[in-house]
Amino acid sequence: MLDIKNLTATAGGTEILRGITLTVNAGEVHAIMGPNGSGKSTLAQVLAGHPSYEVTGGSVTYKGQDLLDMEPEARAQAGVFLAFQYPVEIPGVTNAYFLRAAYNAKRTAQGLEELDPMDFLDLLEEKLKLVEWGPEIMSRAVNAGFSGGEKKRNEILQMAVLEPSLAILDETDSGLDIDALKIVANGVNALRRPDSATLLVTHYQRLLNHIVPDRVHVLAGGRIVRSGGKELALELEERGYEWLTDAAGAVA
Amino acid sequence: MTATAPRATEPGWLAALRREGAARFEALRFPTTRDEDWRFTDLAPVAKANLGAARAAGPLTEADLTPYLFGHAEWPRLVFANGRFQAELSRLTGLPAAARVEPLADLLADAPELVEETLGQLAVQPASAALVAQNAAGFTDGYAIVLPAGAVVDTPIHVLFVSDANAVLGTTLPRNVVVLGANAVASVVESYLSLADGVALTNTVTEASLGEGARFDHCKVQREGAEAFHLATFDARQERDSYLNSFSFAEGAAISRTNIYTTLAGPGAHATLYGLYLGEGRQQVDHQTRIEHAAPDCTSWEVYKGILDGHSHGVFNGKVYVHPEAQKTDGKQTNKNLLLSETAKVDTKPQLEIFADDVKCTHGATVGSLDAVPLFYLRSRGIPEDEARTLLTYAFAADVLEEIRSRPVVDHLEDLMRAWLAKAGRRGRAAAGRESA
Repeated sequence: MLDIKNLTATAGGTEILRGITLTVNAGEVHAIMGPNGSGKSTLAQVLAGHPSYEVTGGSVTYKGQDLLDMEPEARAQAGVFLAFQYPVEIPGVTNAYFLRAAYNAKRTAQGLEELDPMDFLDLLEEKLKLVEWGPEIMSRAVNAGFSGGEKKRNEILQMAVLEPSLAILDETDSGLDIDALKIVANGVNALRRPDSATLLVTHYQRLLNHIVPDRVHVLAGGRIVRSGGKELALELEERGYEWLTDAAGAVA
Repeated sequence: MTATAPRATEPGWLAALRREGAARFEALRFPTTRDEDWRFTDLAPVAKANLGAARAAGPLTEADLTPYLFGHAEWPRLVFANGRFQAELSRLTGLPAAARVEPLADLLADAPELVEETLGQLAVQPASAALVAQNAAGFTDGYAIVLPAGAVVDTPIHVLFVSDANAVLGTTLPRNVVVLGANAVASVVESYLSLADGVALTNTVTEASLGEGARFDHCKVQREGAEAFHLATFDARQERDSYLNSFSFAEGAAISRTNIYTTLAGPGAHATLYGLYLGEGRQQVDHQTRIEHAAPDCTSWEVYKGILDGHSHGVFNGKVYVHPEAQKTDGKQTNKNLLLSETAKVDTKPQLEIFADDVKCTHGATVGSLDAVPLFYLRSRGIPEDEARTLLTYAFAADVLEEIRSRPVVDHLEDLMRAWLAKAGRRGRAAAGRESA
């Protein structure tokens, strides 16, 4: 599904990713953990094609395609989805319009006909249940005036509508109370398919109580310094990141 | 321009107004950029064109107007073609019996005293003096609305000022008067349209007197031809607790200047001034607003937005002037501009002049291009870059259109904006194609 090899990237001339190598197979959930500034959010955004980062080396292959050569919209149309750490407010564009535009862009890319507003509303009804929302959310402007929790739920709603093959969740758990966290986690779990994969970027272990990862990777200083099973997350919860980052420092 | 004016029946005060206007315009001529109020808009092309009076329009049919009626052909309507009233195309039914809604020339012939205290008395700001003088000297007609106390006209009154090929190389001088008695309510949409291309000048003046507790919605839609010159002055006087809601939409004309002025003359008066201007090519689109807070406890709220493409030049000059007696004034003024090209430019000058000590006033202006982060957000959801840009540009301006009271007008202007943006998108792609070629 996703094959990252020796990926390096900079932001404003500063090197942030210093050689990431990672393979994610269909059906798997991988957690990317690490202290603040380790580069885990950068990795998520580079995969989605954020223009603030410059890829300086390495390769990313997604379903056999060179992901780095694709525009952000092409990546999305091919099934890559980034749930933003800070979802963007877009006053003046309703959630309904936005979601339908995104959904139809994907259909058009697949050579399918666009869905008209009525048919799209039917489809939405199902998706809204997943995040425990009523239809009134659709007439609100995208994320405008939403609480932190609402914004994250809206990301999951978008994910439910777009049904990605590769879902990248960038600190989707941050700033959520336990109820919102459960809604978000249930949504992510419900959307898992044998032919899709999930990359969870998180600082804390608590999300992994709800979405159980197959693999856990620890990022520090722009590199993966340790990979392991789900028990690695528990060990990090207990011991913190220092023992790993110190080791990484020594290597560097 | 004197040949067509119905002078014979005019009262003495109006004849005097015309004489003063003629003398004043003779002395002032069109303003130049040396005048601070006209610094950013050069009317030299207008002066140089030296245009005479517009000739009478050719035959006009209902079908010619249909695209411009907001889907509501049944609204009360006054149609003027090249400045002349078109009775067959107008409909003045369904209005309250006491309401006078008619061509100004008719009202002046019949009951000039109804507008004597308004016509020529409100549009007195020095910045607009030359334009108002030219208009006073030569105007032939326009609309008059006189509502007695308590009269309510629910549906918008649509006034269309249409120019056809016979207006080319000519001047049209519409003059409009609105007098609302206490608690009267009226809503007007003024449309300025060209049915033919060519150099032509419209110089329109509207004066509105709002009695105590009156409400007036004024929406101006300027869609003149690509070579046209459009000059407009709106000036209102608001008594106690009255409410003016003004909107100016400008997408047409080579050079346009719209003055929107109001004086809050009685305590508790409230004014909201909104506008949206779209510029492309080498269009010059200028708005000047002035809100005079002349009484205590008045509020004003103003939002103007501009989207400029190509080599167009947008100008916003807004002044909120708070007189010493206008304590407890609450005023907010905002101007936001979005530049779609590197060659478009904007001069924005929001100004506060405050001579009272207990007031709450703020103002601000922005000029910028689309933010990268929302653009990426939309693209990350699969929305192509062109479409994402259009969507964000639309979103930038759409909220201000919502301030127009009449929903069909909002819908229509949204459609116009979408069409304009689609055109801008095609221009952008064509330019990108040239660059990469």
